[in-house]
Amino acid sequence: MNRDELQQAVIKAIQVVAPEIEGDEIDADEALREECDLDSMDYLHFLAALKQSTAINVPDADYGRVDTLNKLLDYLQQAGSQ
Amino acid sequence: MSKIIDVTMPSLGADMTEGTLVEWQAKPGDTLNKGDIIALLETQKGMIDMEVYQQGVITELLLEPVVSVPVGTVMARMSVAGEAARPAAPEASHTAAHSVAQAAAIKSPPVTSDQVQQTVIPQSIRPRQGLLASPVVRKLAAEQQLDLSRLSGSGPEGAILLRDLPANGPEANAAGSPDPAQAMRSAIAAAMAKSKREIPHYYLSLEIDITRAQRWLADFNAERVPEERILLLALLLKAIARSLHKYPALNGYYQQQTFTPNSAIHIGNVISLREGGLVVPAIHHVDQLSVEEIMVRLRDLSERSRRGVLRSSELLDASITVSNMGERGSDLLFGVIYPPQVAIIGIGKPRKTMLIKDDQPEVAEVVTVSLAADHRVSDGMTGARFLNARANKLQKPEKL
Repeated sequence: MNRDELQQAVIKAIQVVAPEIEGDEIDADEALREECDLDSMDYLHFLAALKQSTAINVPDADYGRVDTLNKLLDYLQQAGSQ
Repeated sequence: MSKIIDVTMPSLGADMTEGTLVEWQAKPGDTLNKGDIIALLETQKGMIDMEVYQQGVITELLLEPVVSVPVGTVMARMSVAGEAARPAAPEASHTAAHSVAQAAAIKSPPVTSDQVQQTVIPQSIRPRQGLLASPVVRKLAAEQQLDLSRLSGSGPEGAILLRDLPANGPEANAAGSPDPAQAMRSAIAAAMAKSKREIPHYYLSLEIDITRAQRWLADFNAERVPEERILLLALLLKAIARSLHKYPALNGYYQQQTFTPNSAIHIGNVISLREGGLVVPAIHHVDQLSVEEIMVRLRDLSERSRRGVLRSSELLDASITVSNMGERGSDLLFGVIYPPQVAIIGIGKPRKTMLIKDDQPEVAEVVTVSLAADHRVSDGMTGARFLNARANKLQKPEKL
């Protein structure tokens, strides 16, 4: 997947828990959970949906590396190319 | 020996005043077991599968869907065995005006689906013409000549619910609550005002070292996919449930000037809805569940609260409530007791701090846990002992 496709997958996974969120509302350099109002349970549901569409598992220990949309996309691109 | 009992519109918490019968899920002559679903309701708390609390045979259905009636309205009658008393499910608040029920009552009972559906998404809102909408919504849409395909639904799989319709429907006006968000707000206001008026709260808080618990969780979650990970809340609930056994004065119901402790530990979990307001569904028998099982229930409740259907018993019989603000909340929260319960536990935001251990400073992770309890039933010392018992349990997370 290229970055645009990954971004679409991320937005879709967010909409699983937060249907009202539109992709262009998210500031890509701000804390993603704040931007989308995701609590810890929402976040787990989101990661599960993301894993389903991208086959990439973000481990618990890496939460800090994916806390903005841009950082998450960097992470997914890197993981996808390995 | 058998006797006839009334099946009434349940009060799913002190803040509920009325509910809408959307569809019967059983018909006269059907035998239902305790926990079987008799009807689908739509309430201020969303779609609810209404369960029966005793085994018996339905003798009459008194209301024809779709109709809104006050809490306590007799909806149906059942023939049950013996003279068994009704099980002690708390009656939160009965403000029923029975005249409305009589006005709505009909003579010949309607016969609907003979299938009892227990799935998360009830059959009644599955697509009939490729569009998800409950019968009440279809009926109103037909009356108002609305095009349902132009509306967006907030229910399971995008199902269109009552709250998604324009607020000026005749049914909505008849029910006196044209705006569902406002209805939920008023309901919360009523329950919380009653609580603050009647319950002499006392408040305690304790900072609990969760360094070990967090380390245990990190180890547990490290190799697991998101679907199998555990949140701190599941551990905290287990520690609460295991400590509560020794403190019965915090777990039960206060009604008619009498406190009745509950032997079972049913913990209500405050879940904020994205569209505003909250629901407090219970996890039953938390003390008998493993931490993993508690997590499964928490996931399920959060999914169903926000997008699906809750069961009436889940909203009816919590014997204590936990309000968890999570990582984005405040350091400390003091709850307002949910009548007829007698205690609410608040969980603040986990945070890193410096603790002094053996006279040495040490970086630790802590969470501040609070207790608001009913002074008619317990005293501060009881509450403090309970908080400390729980703090101790959390030092050995592997044993929870």
